[in-house]
Amino acid sequence: MSSSTASPSAAESLEVTSTSAVTVHGPSTVPDAGYHMGVVPEVVHDTPAATPVKFYQVGSFAVGNRLLPVSERSVQSDPKRFNSLTSGHRACQGCGEALGARYALDAAMRAADGQLVAVNATGCLEVFSTPYPETSWRVAWLHSLFGNAPAVASGVAAAYKALGRDEIRVVAQGGDGGTVDIGFGCLSGMFERNDDVLYICYDNEAYMNTGVQRSGATPPAARTATTQAVGADPGNVFGQGKDLPRIAMAHEIPYVATATVADLHDLEAKVTRAMSMRGARYIHVMVPCPLGWGTASCDTIKIARLATQSGLWPVFEAEYGEVVASTPIRRQVPVEEYLKGQKRFAHLFNPVRRDEVIDRLQAQADRNIRRYGLLPEAASPTLPPIAEEANA
Amino acid sequence: MHKPFAITLDVGSSLANQTGSWRSERPVYLDLLPPCNQACPAGENIQQWLFHAEEGSYEAAWRQIVQDNPFPAIMGRVCYHPCQNACNRAEVDEAVGINAVERFLGDEAIRQGWSFEAPAELTGKRVLVIGAGPSGLSAAYHLRRMGHDVLIRESGPLVGGMMRFGIPSYRLPRDILDAEVRRITDLGVQIEVNSTVTDLEAALAEGFDAIFTAVGAHIGKRAYIPAGESAKILDAVSYLRDVETEDDKPMLGRRVVVYGGGNTAIDAARTAKRLGAEEAIIVYRRTRDKMPAHDFEVEEALEEGILLKWLSTIKHVDDGKMLVEKMALDETGFPQPTGEFEELEADSLVLALGQEADLSFLEDVEGIEITDGVVTVDRSMMTGRKGVFAGGDMVPAERTVTVAVGHGKKAARHIDAYLRGTAYQPAAKHPVATFDKLTTWYYADAPHQQRAHLEGARRASTFDEVVSGLDERTAKFEARRCMSCGNCFACDNCFGVCPDNAVKKTGIGKGYAIDYDYCKGCGVCVQECPCGSIEMVPET
Repeated sequence: MSSSTASPSAAESLEVTSTSAVTVHGPSTVPDAGYHMGVVPEVVHDTPAATPVKFYQVGSFAVGNRLLPVSERSVQSDPKRFNSLTSGHRACQGCGEALGARYALDAAMRAADGQLVAVNATGCLEVFSTPYPETSWRVAWLHSLFGNAPAVASGVAAAYKALGRDEIRVVAQGGDGGTVDIGFGCLSGMFERNDDVLYICYDNEAYMNTGVQRSGATPPAARTATTQAVGADPGNVFGQGKDLPRIAMAHEIPYVATATVADLHDLEAKVTRAMSMRGARYIHVMVPCPLGWGTASCDTIKIARLATQSGLWPVFEAEYGEVVASTPIRRQVPVEEYLKGQKRFAHLFNPVRRDEVIDRLQAQADRNIRRYGLLPEAASPTLPPIAEEANA
Repeated sequence: MHKPFAITLDVGSSLANQTGSWRSERPVYLDLLPPCNQACPAGENIQQWLFHAEEGSYEAAWRQIVQDNPFPAIMGRVCYHPCQNACNRAEVDEAVGINAVERFLGDEAIRQGWSFEAPAELTGKRVLVIGAGPSGLSAAYHLRRMGHDVLIRESGPLVGGMMRFGIPSYRLPRDILDAEVRRITDLGVQIEVNSTVTDLEAALAEGFDAIFTAVGAHIGKRAYIPAGESAKILDAVSYLRDVETEDDKPMLGRRVVVYGGGNTAIDAARTAKRLGAEEAIIVYRRTRDKMPAHDFEVEEALEEGILLKWLSTIKHVDDGKMLVEKMALDETGFPQPTGEFEELEADSLVLALGQEADLSFLEDVEGIEITDGVVTVDRSMMTGRKGVFAGGDMVPAERTVTVAVGHGKKAARHIDAYLRGTAYQPAAKHPVATFDKLTTWYYADAPHQQRAHLEGARRASTFDEVVSGLDERTAKFEARRCMSCGNCFACDNCFGVCPDNAVKKTGIGKGYAIDYDYCKGCGVCVQECPCGSIEMVPET
């Protein structure tokens, strides 16, 4: 029988260049990673889009993959994972923060081999996990005040350093209110001193625990209890608020990253990366809040995914003040698709559609796409058609 | 116990707080019917055998196929794969190449010499199968696995039916056909060739407990075309049959015209070209998009230099030439004569106008009803004569190999029940896993793997197989493109995305269980299940 003349395109593409979200770092060229000692080392620019990864068709983006060797699977797919935040906590149905905290702390526990202390700011996470006398934490856990978590964590780290217990690692965590507003001074000090703490902010974009009041992380146009959808410019105002990942980068600390609960592999990789370093490190995780955002409890992950795919939530990491990698948008959507699913933005579509506001938010997303290179291949973003018109 | 100042209670775990009581809806796991399985005329559990193939468990995959279909290597070549037309992945990028993977598994089975499992126990019941085509062989195979004694009587000199006499060897090499038939005879099925059944009652009187008739449709339909005395006209079915059985291959001359627009017309034209015709021209009265032939077959024919003449009917045939009238489609899409004529030089005319079944041996059997040239059967494939079943091209259905194989399986199940004095009740079908039930974000982008083709000009002169198979790496890759619609594939998503740790792993290969003590009923696991195999149901 004659051999074939057409070339099978298949064989070599079992390992292909990934455009997926997994960020892979090369070996660090920084001798004492974590302490820049006043000399900012040269930053290795990893480009995730060009990193070859094993190409598995099924489960590549899912939590697990039965076709992968166990050692390459995610922390969360392990039936013996720590469950740092265990069942019975009082978080609402579909709580993004409960999910994000377990993802992050389980990864940190694995990286620290269980030798971990977590310091918690006041907020939903603290309230729903520790109603006296119960606790949901299976990790050494400490709570003091709303605004002092970074300072307490610095103290814990200093204490262990004084005791010569280098193997015990310190994580501090809080919501966006405790981080960008109330604890901001302590946090900036922790960054500035380069204290050996990984600070994780679970950002649900308002004070949810006390009844959805605006915070410095609330996005423009969003309705909260203190930015009602009334008047000429309903919802939160444009031009205010803080972009804390960029403020953290301005401190030129060893590591800053953003993530969401929609991409577990990315979040685990970033926590693991941060835990491999010393010094002040900061991870900012988007954790949608069904109660405050007005989303269905089942849509928590979906809405976070739409935030990243619209460009409103850039997923990137930075070392010593420079962006070193960003996760490309895989299936771009217009911001409208993200906004529409949330009651806090309902006034943009009802009773009349407010195109000028939607366009401003789209411009914000487009700016993120440019700033962080979220669409490396497309010169000009082409948007897929919107499924349906707003209900007028 | 001594407690610090102002502390009155012992430290406890939140596990004491059973948040499952908040729930108004609960998630439950379910299996849905994947659209590929639903579309398969042979009823294969495609999703399940792809699951095995993904893991590289090729023998397990093959054994899953042959639960329903004894011809994976043949199917992987000749099936028109309605599964792929139904595949949900087509809405993501391209349909999974199910047919190519099936062929790989079928070829692997032949290479490795895998054989069928012998029946667990023999029943002593005897079944006669009339016709050794796809339907008869399939029925015989299934009946044998159920433990019955099966004899096939085949009127032709060789087994295979239309798989041998209708499908040219460049699409189905005969060593493949022979290998897959041999496995069935190895199982203990007896086959008599050159054994035509002319009297059904006499056959029944021989002591068979049931009869399955699957004689196919082997008579080419003729149309009246005025012709000169020396005009050479023959029908495509006889022509393809003679190519297969005669030592002197039928020679049709330098220019051959094939009349018709179905797959048989294409096969006849491509075969004529391979037997030395310089030009093979297909004449069809309507347009290409109206052709019943599959598009890929038309494409392959064009690549091989076959000419196609649309909107034409043949009015008169003479030695060396024929008169063709041009047609035009009217508003309803039906061809109407235009009165414009042209002459076409041709040495012979092959009619490919459809086939009919020779049912003369059934005409006098009491109770058997023949309508429009096919035998009427009930839902259990039984004819009006008790104990006589029928399937394949001789009953009303689409005439493809896969449909015939499916008939064989279905008839075998009903015959088995009939022989045991019971009635076969098919299991209730699960709801279909439609595309809207999936969360396709979780499937990585993966391009469809193409099977290599011999180049048109090169292959048109030989009977070498036109389409090559996939190698192991590409076959596995293709299998892994399966999205496992509606059936859990152990991706751990539900286990990972639960904010309350209320999903438990129950062991490798055993799936997951919901811990309803803590499940708050948020529904994230349902929303994020890639394949749609969890649903929310109201608490009662």
